[in-house]
Amino acid sequence: MVPLTWYLMLSAVVFMIGVFGFLTRRNIIIMFLSVELMLNGVNISLVAFSHYLQDLRGQILVFFIITVAAAEAAIGLAIILALFRNKATIHVDEMNEMKG
Amino acid sequence: MQPVMPDLGPVFPETVLTVLALVLLLADLVIKRKETIGLLSIISVTAVAYLLAGSLGTTFGGMFISDGYSIFFKLIFILNVILTVLISVKYIQIEKIDYGEYYSLILFATLGMMLMASAGDLIILYLGLELMALSTYVLAGFMRRDVKSNEAAMKYFLLGAFASAFLLYGTSLIYGLTGTTDLKAISSYIAGHGLAGNPVLMLSLIMFAVAFSFKIAAAPFHMWAPDVYEGAPTSITAFMSVGPKAAGFAVLGRVFLTAFGSVRTEWVLILIPVAILTMGVGNIVALSQTNIKRMLAYSSIAHAGYALLGIISGTADGLSSVMLYMFAYAFMNMGAFAVIIMLRSEGFRGDNINDYEGLAKTHPVPAVLMTIFMFSLTGIPTTVGFMGKFYVFMSAVEAGYMWVVIIAVIFSAISAYFYLRIIMYMWMREPKEAVELTTSPAIGLALLITATAVIGFGILPSSILTFARLAITGF
Repeated sequence: MVPLTWYLMLSAVVFMIGVFGFLTRRNIIIMFLSVELMLNGVNISLVAFSHYLQDLRGQILVFFIITVAAAEAAIGLAIILALFRNKATIHVDEMNEMKG
Repeated sequence: MQPVMPDLGPVFPETVLTVLALVLLLADLVIKRKETIGLLSIISVTAVAYLLAGSLGTTFGGMFISDGYSIFFKLIFILNVILTVLISVKYIQIEKIDYGEYYSLILFATLGMMLMASAGDLIILYLGLELMALSTYVLAGFMRRDVKSNEAAMKYFLLGAFASAFLLYGTSLIYGLTGTTDLKAISSYIAGHGLAGNPVLMLSLIMFAVAFSFKIAAAPFHMWAPDVYEGAPTSITAFMSVGPKAAGFAVLGRVFLTAFGSVRTEWVLILIPVAILTMGVGNIVALSQTNIKRMLAYSSIAHAGYALLGIISGTADGLSSVMLYMFAYAFMNMGAFAVIIMLRSEGFRGDNINDYEGLAKTHPVPAVLMTIFMFSLTGIPTTVGFMGKFYVFMSAVEAGYMWVVIIAVIFSAISAYFYLRIIMYMWMREPKEAVELTTSPAIGLALLITATAVIGFGILPSSILTFARLAITGF
C-alpha cells in the first residue's frame, strides 16, 4: 500500500507548481490554469486524507471543489473574453489602465 | 440508519432569499422597467430581514448555525443591499448597465455572505465564500464595454481564485490533522490533543490568515483593492467595500475564535503584524491619491486594519466592537459613495478629487453630507465612526495591546490629512467649472438614512452596542 506521505508530497508539489506558475507566468490563461492546478493539488490531499481517515467528508468537499471550479472557469473565461473584445490582449503586464 | 429530515427553520431566511433571487432573474424577462426590479429586491431583503428573528437554531448536524452573531452580520448585509440598490437605480441608467441580472447578482452575493456568517463547518464556509466571490467578480466587470471595468474584474478574479486555493489547502491540512471540518469539533480536538505549536496547525493557520486577509483587503494581500475599487461600477465599489469585508470579518471571528480559540497566542502573532502593516499601507498610500474611489479603497484597507484589533483582543468585548465597527462602516462608507455617485452624470466621470473643488458654493447640501461622512471616516466625535474606533481601541487596550493601539492612533491621525483634504477642497476652493449633480428620490433616501445613522448612532451608540453585546452571548 502506498503510504499517506507520498500522496501528501505529490499534493504539495502540484500545489507549489500552481503557485509558482501563477506568480511567474504572465499569460492570463496560463495563470488561470495554474490556479486550477492548485485546486487539484488540494483535491489529491483531501482524497488521500479521506481514505486514510476512513471518513467521507473529504471526498464530499472534493465534489464541491470540482463543481465550484467549473463555475469559476465559466466566469473566468467570460471575463477574459469580455476583456479580449475591448483590448485584444491576454498579457497581464498590459493591464495597466489604473495606477497609483 | 433512517435518513432524518433536517430542521429547515434556521435556514428559512436563506431559502426564501434563494427563491426570491431566482424569481427576480425570471421577472427580468417580463418587467421592462428595471427600477421595478430594484424595488422588488429591496422588498425581498426586507422580507428576509423580517424572517431572521425567528430563525435561531443549529441545523444540518452543526453545519449551519443561526445565532445572534450571524443575525447581526446578516442585518448588515441586508442594509448593504438596500443602500446599494438605492444608490444604483439612477447610476446604472447613466452607465447603460441597467439589466435585471444586476439586482439578482447582488442578492446571490448577499446569500453567499449570509452562508459565510452562519457557517459552522469549513465546507459551508467555502461554498458561501465562493458564491459571494463569483457573484462579485461578475458585478465588478458589469460595465463590459469599459476597459477599466474588465480589468478590475480580471484582477479581482485571478487574485480571488488564488486566495481561495489557499483557503482550501488550509482546510485540507486541518482536515488531515483533526479528521473533521466542523469548527467546534476542530476546537475540541486541538484543545484535547494539546496541538499548540504543531507545525501543520501553524501552516494551516497561515493559509487561513492569507485567505481571509485577501477577503478583508488586509496588507500584504490588498493589492487588488485599489484597482478593483477604481475600475468597478461605483455602486458595486460601495457594495464590495461593505458586504464582503463584513462577511470576511464574520468568518475571521468565527474561525479564529471558535475553531482556533485554544491557540490564540499563536495566531495573534500573525494578525498583529498584518494589522499594523494594513493600517500603515492604507493610510500612507492614501495620502498621494488623486482619484476619490482609489483613495476610499486605501481608506477601506486602513479600516480593515483598525477592525482587526478587535479580533486580536479576542475577548467578547473585542468581538462586539468589531461588529459595531462593521455596522458603523456600512453607513459612513455607503454615504460617501452615494455623494460620489451623485457627481457622475452623462459625459462626466466625477471621480477625481479636483472635481470637489468649491462644491459647497454650488451644491451646499451634498457638500455638508460629504463633510459629515468624511468626519465620520476620520473618527471625529459625535459621529458613528468615532464610536466604532473608540470601542475597538478600548477592547485592545483592555486585552493588553497598548502599544498596538498607540500605533493605530498615530495612523488614524495621519488619515485625517486625506479625509480633511476633501473637505478643504469643497469649502475653501473656488469652483472651477459648474458640476452637474444627478439626483433622484432613491439616492436622497439613501443619503437621509446614512446621514441620520452616522449622526444618530454617533451620539447614542448604546442601543447598537447593547444589541451587539446581546448578540454574542452564547457565541
